Amino acid sequence: MSDLAIVEKLKAKFSSEVINVVEFRGETTVTVKKEKIVDICAFMRDSGGYNLLCDLCSVDYLGQAPRFMVVYNLYNITTKERIRLKAPVEEQGAQIDTVSTVWGTANWMERECWDLMGIDFVGHPDPRRILMPADWVGHPLRKDYPVQGPDREPYQGRLS
Amino acid sequence: MAVKSSEIMTINMGPQHPSTHGVLQLILELDGEVVRKATPHIGFLHRGVEKLSEHRTYHQVIPLTDRLDYLAPMSNNLGYVLAVEKLLGITDQIPERAKVVRVLLAELTRLKSHLVWLATHALDIGAMTVFLYCFREREVITDLYEKISGARMTSNYFRVGGLSADLPAGVEQEMREYAEGMPAHIDEYEGLLTGNRIWQKRTIGVGTITAEAAIDIGITGPGLRASGVDWDLRRDNPYSGYEDYKFEVPVRQEGDTFARYKLRLDEMRQSSLIILQALDKLKPGPILADCPKVVLPPKQDVVNSIEGLIHHFKIITEGFKAEPGEVYVGIEAPKGELGYYLVSDGSAHPYRMKVRPPSFINLQGLPQMVEGRLLADVIAVIGTLDIVLGEIDR
Repeated sequence: MSDLAIVEKLKAKFSSEVINVVEFRGETTVTVKKEKIVDICAFMRDSGGYNLLCDLCSVDYLGQAPRFMVVYNLYNITTKERIRLKAPVEEQGAQIDTVSTVWGTANWMERECWDLMGIDFVGHPDPRRILMPADWVGHPLRKDYPVQGPDREPYQGRLS
Repeated sequence: MAVKSSEIMTINMGPQHPSTHGVLQLILELDGEVVRKATPHIGFLHRGVEKLSEHRTYHQVIPLTDRLDYLAPMSNNLGYVLAVEKLLGITDQIPERAKVVRVLLAELTRLKSHLVWLATHALDIGAMTVFLYCFREREVITDLYEKISGARMTSNYFRVGGLSADLPAGVEQEMREYAEGMPAHIDEYEGLLTGNRIWQKRTIGVGTITAEAAIDIGITGPGLRASGVDWDLRRDNPYSGYEDYKFEVPVRQEGDTFARYKLRLDEMRQSSLIILQALDKLKPGPILADCPKVVLPPKQDVVNSIEGLIHHFKIITEGFKAEPGEVYVGIEAPKGELGYYLVSDGSAHPYRMKVRPPSFINLQGLPQMVEGRLLADVIAVIGTLDIVLGEIDR
């Protein structure tokens, strides 16, 4: 149960889109299907007052289906409330619509998400790598990407 | 006489330009001296902190956070340990003394960060004296850091559950004297800058951003408050006991570089007041929570008993496990909202750690603030955004 009124409104408006609502340590997480993510985000901004997108990132649940989860941490500057939206993205194709039309700040966050996790944001105005070099191959934050980098032996610790 | 058609010249600024505060590269398209387009290129300092943290125990991540915003290491430590404590569900078990020391050092860190901001901002615009004065004051804070944590910059001082060590003797008095003397120093900087006509010409009306645009682009912290948005996480979503302190949140309406300058100076005055309040609150007591599964045992037990040694060994080698779940904690770092998003799968390592660095998001506003303005204003705007590339590139 969440005490945020917006959750009920969201359930009423997008009843077929909301997958589940989870409470953990006083934080509300709403998982929604990715198809109408732009509409849902615009609804959260306009009706819920969540005018600040604090953070956008993704999590790689390697071995599960769908593999990726795109996470939106929202904040309402008027009521000082937080809520989290999540949208599952399957491995094949790995794409979701961009929300940079809803919050301008999503522009760089989505670029980072594409760069490090390889999730394609459809309709993104500037889909370039941001942290890694432009000619880099692979997406380092994926769980099947080795921490020591490609083509290297894993670090075994100091020998002495 | 025919008007000459304008010609766009593309120039490269950075990544080794002294006023880009690190390794920021800007591709500027200039029409004469007017910036038509500015494209920031970042990532030169990317070290993969988020990836590395997935392969470390929760405690081993703390030193990595020091190196994000290296001008405000204690704030980074604080955000991270608060996130882990929330994930573990031990937020309300943190002893009072640890909470007060955290506030004390977070505010000292805010002073430290703002001093470097003012010093370099003024130096970039051509006021060198201020730089020397600010670094004189900052030096005292680095000395205090050294006494408290052993390191002048990468402090690694906070621990999940409390602090790594208690404050050394005598340091409280030094902090009190420092905080009491700070307003006079701020007056000194203001005397050099506020009424200075060159300073005013370089900052008033430069890099103006409206509240709506600032929220849309995600600017937080002093940059947002200088555009008229009254929002400070310390007051509005208090953490670590900030609700018990009396302080004002300065807000200004103009949204330009001068407003951000005045606002940060006001914040520094408030920070010194918070430091004095925290020192008054500081009472002897435990500095670590009573959570044996999470915190290290006292050194005395480790050297004197086999149980203590085993306990120490287990926490150091295996770490502690957090139940599956996810939390997001945002704190008011000197540069804006610093957020940590932690996902746990029940193991002893963070399954995913995402840092929401304020500078990364604030820098996104740079093109909007400089396009259509003069090349010289780019320098002023970089200074006023108060970016640190260590935290942008992670």
